[in-house]
Amino acid sequence: MIPLPFNHRSTPILSSEKIDIRYVATLARLALTDDEVARFGAQLGDLLEHVDALAKLDVSAVAATAQVVESRNVERDDILAPSLDREVVLAQAPARQGAFFRVPRIIAE
Amino acid sequence: MSDSIERNAAEIARGVNSGAFSAAELTRSMLAHIDRTEPQVGAYLSVLHERAAATAARVDERIKQGERLPLAGVPLAVKDNMCLEGTRTTCGSKILEHWTSPYTATAVQRLLDAGCIPVGKANMDEFAMGSSCENSALGVTRNPYDLERVPGGSSGGSASAVAAFEAAIGMGSDTGGSIREPAAFCNLVGFKPTYGRVSRYGLIAFASSLDQIGPLTRTVEDAALAYDAMGGHDPMDATSIDRPFETTADGLRTDLRGVRVGIVREFATKELGPEIDALYAKAYRDLEALGAELVEVALPTAEYGLATYYLIAPAECSSNLARFDGVRYGLRVEGANVHEMYERTRAAGFGPEVKRRILIGTYALSSGYYDAYYVRAQKARTLIAQDFAKAFASCDLIAAPAASSPAFTFNAKSDPYSMYLMDYYTIPMSLAGLPALSVPCGWVTPPGGASPMPMGLQLTAPLFAERALLSAAHAYERATGHAAAQRPVIAMEATQ
Repeated sequence: MIPLPFNHRSTPILSSEKIDIRYVATLARLALTDDEVARFGAQLGDLLEHVDALAKLDVSAVAATAQVVESRNVERDDILAPSLDREVVLAQAPARQGAFFRVPRIIAE
Repeated sequence: MSDSIERNAAEIARGVNSGAFSAAELTRSMLAHIDRTEPQVGAYLSVLHERAAATAARVDERIKQGERLPLAGVPLAVKDNMCLEGTRTTCGSKILEHWTSPYTATAVQRLLDAGCIPVGKANMDEFAMGSSCENSALGVTRNPYDLERVPGGSSGGSASAVAAFEAAIGMGSDTGGSIREPAAFCNLVGFKPTYGRVSRYGLIAFASSLDQIGPLTRTVEDAALAYDAMGGHDPMDATSIDRPFETTADGLRTDLRGVRVGIVREFATKELGPEIDALYAKAYRDLEALGAELVEVALPTAEYGLATYYLIAPAECSSNLARFDGVRYGLRVEGANVHEMYERTRAAGFGPEVKRRILIGTYALSSGYYDAYYVRAQKARTLIAQDFAKAFASCDLIAAPAASSPAFTFNAKSDPYSMYLMDYYTIPMSLAGLPALSVPCGWVTPPGGASPMPMGLQLTAPLFAERALLSAAHAYERATGHAAAQRPVIAMEATQ
């Protein structure tokens, strides 16, 4: 379990506090060098200061927009149709075993 | 150099359909020109010699059988985030450097069905994140009007290719300005249709609520022809709009009588310097001279566009790019366990801008920050879209700059935020899903610059008003003719 380094607020507000960049990188499954931690940390801090401008907008009575034009779920009829050939797809795999993608062990012995 | 490669798409299609010349002949000249010019320009990540020749032969065969194709023989540059079966599709990234598309994107397929010849896959900022093409991990692309300057981005390769006559149509994708800004920088028309009008099946996703495919061309008519061929509903893309498609190329007007054009109060161009300020003032007067009525409109929340965009787009990118984990395709760097494999693969495969955006997006979506950042940005997006809706109550189109400056020199925007500012004028339209385009509107010589560089006028229309938008742009282009005032330095050298 990764410890949560942030102050959790009951009413979140915009914040320019320093980002724990290593923790965010862990969530993003991204290995960073020490140099990247320093550089990205400073750059993202700068960006968040700009983004803080949004705190000036009164959005208390505004609905959130996820899709601008139309948003409805689309389902196709449940009929068999051709799809990509399995061999064509597996040919791009970094590692395969038979009809499967091969990955390092996930469950410890 | 034969002048044939400088023909626009409409002229090429007429010539091939009428038998004046064949797709095969033109493709041979085009590939020879590309091979000569590419060492200077670097528009393409791969040039498709054999594919292009084979496709041209098939187009000629169809013409011989009596078919008439709207884009017969037209050389096409495909941005390298769009799949074309059997070709590498890299997204300008090391993580996909050796990946081969197993299928073809719908928008690409529709252009091929209309007679286009795919001559190359065009360079781009990695995963379409950038405004200069400098974020490509795989190559440098130069501006054909000044090789010391960037072509813009993220569709910089497509823009550079069309400007250097290495294609007549370039396919671009626009998330916050990635078609319009490079079009402005390279003296082209760059058109982003309404969100959902062009299928994104086979476009590698960056920010799914914003991404839209569109053309970069040398004329408005060519943009209309390309859009007519690639647009319309596609069952393979659940976000593609299922409503009747209106063609545009058959409705291009030559005047603007009865059209109300909104000039945005908040987009005053004074701070862009006297030369650029005068250029846009002239552009607005030219619209008026064509019969348009100019009205002032307000977009009070547009200034929040950048802040809104730089939460929403990275949040969506952090989610979309989670699929690049070294398991099913692309790069894999081995690790002691699966987590180490993910982290190492992504560390080695992604460049700095992509990492920055993944980090900011992950942060904005993380527990405790989701409401403060992501949801607030989605609400700001609502306000921005409402501002446009109010503005369009008193006007039919909105005119604004496409970018705040002409193309800049390499490494001029090393601070990430200064690069983000390049999209200041294009992002609000993207957030509102509106159709918008950039059309050449004049030339300025940047301080210390070797030659005049093009600027773009951005026109924006209400949702689904593509026909009115392209029509107005055509009238403006025909009356002003700014694009023809200068020649790319590449073509001039080649003709000497």
